[in-house]
Amino acid sequence: MASSSCGGGSDRQMAAQHRLSIIAGHLQRPSGSNTAILAAECKAQASKPFVSSERRTVPRRRQEIMKWNGWGYSDSKFVYNKKGQAEFTGRRYKLSGMIIPGLKDWMENTFGATLQHKTTATPALNSSAVPPPTLNEAFMEELKSTGIPFSADAEDRVFRAHGHCLHEIFALREGKIGRVPDMVVWPNCHNDVVKIVELACKHNVCLIPYGGGTSVSSALECPPEESRSIVSLDTSQMNRILWIDEKNLTAHVEAGIIGQDLENLLNESGYCTGHEPDSMEFSSLGGWVATRASGMKKNIYGNIEDLVIHIKMVTPQGVIEKSCQGPRMSTGPDIHHFIMGSEGTLGVITEVTMKIRPVPEYQKYGSVVFPNFEQGVACLREVARQRCAPASIRLMDNEQFKFGHALKPQVSSIFTSFLDGLKKFYITKFKGFDPNRLCVATLLFEGDREKVLQHEKQVYDIAAKFGGLAAGEDNGQRGYMLTFVIAYLRDLGMDYYVIGESFETSVPWDRVLDICRNVKARIVYECKDKGVQFPPLSTCRVTQTYDAGACVYFYFAFNYRGLGDPVHVYEQVEHAAREEILANGGSLSHHHGVGKLRKEWMRETVSSVGMGMLQSVKDYVDPKNIFGSRNLL
Amino acid sequence: MLNFSVFVGQRMASKVVYSPRDPMLKKRDDFEDVLEERRRSSDLRYALRCYTPVLYKGLTPCKASELKTMVLGSDQLHYVVNQVSRESGVSVDEVQAEASVILEEMAQRLQLSTIRFFAFTLSKVFKAMFRSICVNEEGLQRLQQVIQEHPVVLLPSHRSYMDFLLMSYILYTYDLPLPVIAAGMDFMGMKVVGEMLRMSGAFFIRRSFGGDKLYWAVFSEYVKTMLRNGFAPLEFFLEGTRSRTAKSLTPKLGLLNIAMDPFLKGEVFDVSLVPVSISYERVLEETLYARELLGVPKPKESTSGLFKARRVLSEDYGSIHVYFGPPVSVRSLAEGRVNRSQFSLVPRHIPMRPSEDVHGFVNDAAYRLVRAQEDNMVLKPWVLLASLLLQNQAAGKNQGVPLGELIQQAVWLRDLCRQFGAFLHWPDHVPPSEVVSSSLSLHSGLVRVSEDRVFLALEQGPPCSLTAEEELLSQAVVVLSCASYRNQVLHVFLRPALLASAIHTASSSQKQDVYNNFLFLRNMFSNEFILCPGAAVQDFEEACYLLTKSGALHVNQHEVLATERGHRTLAFLTGVLDPFLQGYQLVCRFLCEDATEALTERRFVPAVREFIIKHLLKGRLRYPEVLSSDLQRNALAALLRLGAVQKVQGGEEPGALKVNRVMVNSLEDTLGGRLSTQKALRAHL
Repeated sequence: MASSSCGGGSDRQMAAQHRLSIIAGHLQRPSGSNTAILAAECKAQASKPFVSSERRTVPRRRQEIMKWNGWGYSDSKFVYNKKGQAEFTGRRYKLSGMIIPGLKDWMENTFGATLQHKTTATPALNSSAVPPPTLNEAFMEELKSTGIPFSADAEDRVFRAHGHCLHEIFALREGKIGRVPDMVVWPNCHNDVVKIVELACKHNVCLIPYGGGTSVSSALECPPEESRSIVSLDTSQMNRILWIDEKNLTAHVEAGIIGQDLENLLNESGYCTGHEPDSMEFSSLGGWVATRASGMKKNIYGNIEDLVIHIKMVTPQGVIEKSCQGPRMSTGPDIHHFIMGSEGTLGVITEVTMKIRPVPEYQKYGSVVFPNFEQGVACLREVARQRCAPASIRLMDNEQFKFGHALKPQVSSIFTSFLDGLKKFYITKFKGFDPNRLCVATLLFEGDREKVLQHEKQVYDIAAKFGGLAAGEDNGQRGYMLTFVIAYLRDLGMDYYVIGESFETSVPWDRVLDICRNVKARIVYECKDKGVQFPPLSTCRVTQTYDAGACVYFYFAFNYRGLGDPVHVYEQVEHAAREEILANGGSLSHHHGVGKLRKEWMRETVSSVGMGMLQSVKDYVDPKNIFGSRNLL
Repeated sequence: MLNFSVFVGQRMASKVVYSPRDPMLKKRDDFEDVLEERRRSSDLRYALRCYTPVLYKGLTPCKASELKTMVLGSDQLHYVVNQVSRESGVSVDEVQAEASVILEEMAQRLQLSTIRFFAFTLSKVFKAMFRSICVNEEGLQRLQQVIQEHPVVLLPSHRSYMDFLLMSYILYTYDLPLPVIAAGMDFMGMKVVGEMLRMSGAFFIRRSFGGDKLYWAVFSEYVKTMLRNGFAPLEFFLEGTRSRTAKSLTPKLGLLNIAMDPFLKGEVFDVSLVPVSISYERVLEETLYARELLGVPKPKESTSGLFKARRVLSEDYGSIHVYFGPPVSVRSLAEGRVNRSQFSLVPRHIPMRPSEDVHGFVNDAAYRLVRAQEDNMVLKPWVLLASLLLQNQAAGKNQGVPLGELIQQAVWLRDLCRQFGAFLHWPDHVPPSEVVSSSLSLHSGLVRVSEDRVFLALEQGPPCSLTAEEELLSQAVVVLSCASYRNQVLHVFLRPALLASAIHTASSSQKQDVYNNFLFLRNMFSNEFILCPGAAVQDFEEACYLLTKSGALHVNQHEVLATERGHRTLAFLTGVLDPFLQGYQLVCRFLCEDATEALTERRFVPAVREFIIKHLLKGRLRYPEVLSSDLQRNALAALLRLGAVQKVQGGEEPGALKVNRVMVNSLEDTLGGRLSTQKALRAHL
């Protein structure tokens, strides 16, 4: 770790060596790669040929395992089998290979989407539809001499031209390709990035950093008006844990690592970061920092801004980083806060030192049923007031509760289904809950076994005061499992004329109920107004609690049969919904970021002076707009 | 004023494109008579029938008494109670108790049994007094829809005490939820009736409570709680009080502000405002109002007074038309007008003065709603006759008009009215002569027909017993009563009449000249008539459009020219506005010639009245209706607004008035067409 900033004290180096040998053990790299790690310097610098690390999830050629026009792995998707039953394919998830009997009816009843009305996506990417690259020859020549791998292959470029906004995926399914990067480059380490950025400045090339590609803010879209050559800087190969410091409980990690790899690797050493955004299977550490990400278990571990100790970012002006790793500093405005949320407009985040925690001894899921959403919110508010929120606590509204129900896999025994029936009877008939009003909170507890049980009791006691009934671990666990498969479900919807998306906000406690009601109603109202023929799904959940407010997530989808331009209608409705959120005291974004999708509201969000401050930072750091994604500002 | 004109000049130059919809194409619903069914079946069974109104989908069911608990326990009220306690040094408990007393005095106690009682008695009363009560059923169907979706605010016009009883009666008849009604405290004077009204949904508010924070907090929270919970439709009168002149009054904003607040602060998704137009063929309080306007103080409301009114039961009051207008969504009104995120930075339970943009928004909305009420007001043939008779009277034809001539004039005016889009109920299947004579006979107290001549019933009794002044006043009662019917149609003619008068006094036919005059008059009369703020250009275009369409004007890029055949129309229209023009000039002259240093707001009306009586007796003024205190007050309000008269702050006498004689004088000259608007404007600098 020959850090350029820390003059290289020998003690430090020795400690690092020691640490690295431990890590090398933890990481169980294929033999020979030890040197690669030891090369605190870059592999490329040591002029070693790039070796794809088998342990990592994301290869350089993403197309090998991932869909080009949908979410996630190519082998995992929802389909209707020959019997007309919904099924989840592949072997990666708990739900994989299972039949989901209720899904078809739910799709029909909720959207009016039937098997008879199917749309077909363009089966494969047609390379000829991709505009030819605008290459900057001089840049390419010099890049070649560095030995950093790059490509101008059409598939590679298209893969890095989008995130997962509805309009992006919809266009891909129709085989429509807009402006895409002209080239993709795969740096292997910090120094590679330094070289790329230098060259880009020298030859006036536009850089767009690419991490996991899970953006839902149009942040990865290439500005159509950009005339320079656009180079997508894919960080996926910068994916090593450089060291773990057990004394201070920190890990120094390359920013291209994706969430699941980071957790898996740390787990092997008995640690975790505890940062689990819903996209953690694919999103990258650098992306989290660049968008101010939030994880499901932030109540214990904190959001990204609480987890980060040190950041290294390469900018056109040079490398920015702090000189030490003190846990808190009073040294003027925190420069980390210029980096976090910069959304790729200032530079490339290359390395991050993060807090780590020992893997918790015990985990327990749970769920509570409330007679209505109001009671549920009141309970969450009380939990937050008493500051006793479990690792995760989420409250789904009635529509989402029903949705979750529809996604129950086929039960194996009559006994289980009998039990389910009994539970339902108990809640609706005995306790008098209205099945069309009740809602459910899912819980996740983590820590020492004893403390978890104690904590669990405390939370259930509070829930009881608000009419909540404990509804078992299964429901809870299924709730969290759904987080990962719900994104796959959108692809199934799109096969049957249903389009949808989720969006989020944060809002003070006293406005949670109002914002939920009004935004949901606004969506229904706008759909009707814009000529949508079927009633839309408009639902929400409270996903995070804070001292002073909560994070609310909205899901919205509709059957677009009969509409001429469904994506435009969709965008109008989403726009209106965001206006409604802002009008009701909600924020522009809790964790998705601004990108280009929400840029128009930035000025009113942070004031003109605030915009000026951000702009002046951009002007100083990147006067030639090398990082020209045009996000945020 | 100068700024105003310059601004509009620019807008004119940039050619504001405004294409008014043809008012003749206005689609309006048909009417059904609710009394018809009452005349055919048992009133008792009707009063006791099963009543199951549709409810608001977000309704939190609660009793009237629970509402009080909610209000007293609200954050809003706690905040103000604590504040008042801190400021006054009175303990929180005492202030809270005070709040409780206020609420007790205010709150309604809606009870179905009382409603049934009213359903029974009112059926009897209405059948005795009215020929029919007509309502547009489609409007009620729209209302039924909207009641289920959003909290509803009913905004009826206010011309009579009958209004809110009538409203509840109709809603009961159509199985709709009964409203809670904001009523003035003066009803509380009538002990039994007051309590009865309370039990039929009325809640009582003091007429003025300007600085009383606690009262305001209890009141506004009470109203908002009912609205938020969808307890019942809220009903109040935008005009604040009964209009004594039958002209719509400048809307009061207090309650509308409160009613819009839950939407603006995101507590409900939307609020639906339903303007309701109630038109009486004969107003119960007809001569009562006229006397009041002439300075005979109004009798205090008392139960015994009400019973004395029993003789009214034997009279024929014609028919009533109630038109439920299309619901107006506050959300769509506010779209693009109000930035609701302005409420994000302060906790919503802390009372805040409305920001300028909210105030402007509520004001505009209020005007729009009053215009909507005016628009759907049914006009009877009699209002046309009243207009014609008043003009003939002023023209000095004391011996009356030949009936045939009146019929011919009425038919002409009917057609003009229709071209202007008026909601005129003129039975086309009946010959005009019958229409006219039946109208005249219904209003036999105001108009006489003898020897085939029609004249106002000015000679009331043996003339010898009265002084000249008393005789004048008694004539004025008849004229003012007539004027109140003419006033019903004013909103139809107002904009063309302003234009006609502007052309009349303009120094040239140049469009800009005419427009400046129009603007001046519009500005002058904006306390007198409902003229939406900021809509001057629109009003001008509308007036041009209507008069061009009726063939009275020819308007091109630069000029506004009267046509040969347009003379009659323009003369009639200037005649409509003339009493007001004369009246305002006379008020100006009074202020210049007769006003002493000791003039106060309170003494203004009696003093100006005396001045006007003198002028009338000397025959220098042809319009007894200028004696209307409403006109005099409006004129003063306009002069105060324009800065020609100022209220002196902190003088020895409260409300002392300081007159800028130069300015008032030049306004008078401009009104009289003796000074061009341009010069007048310069003089005001």
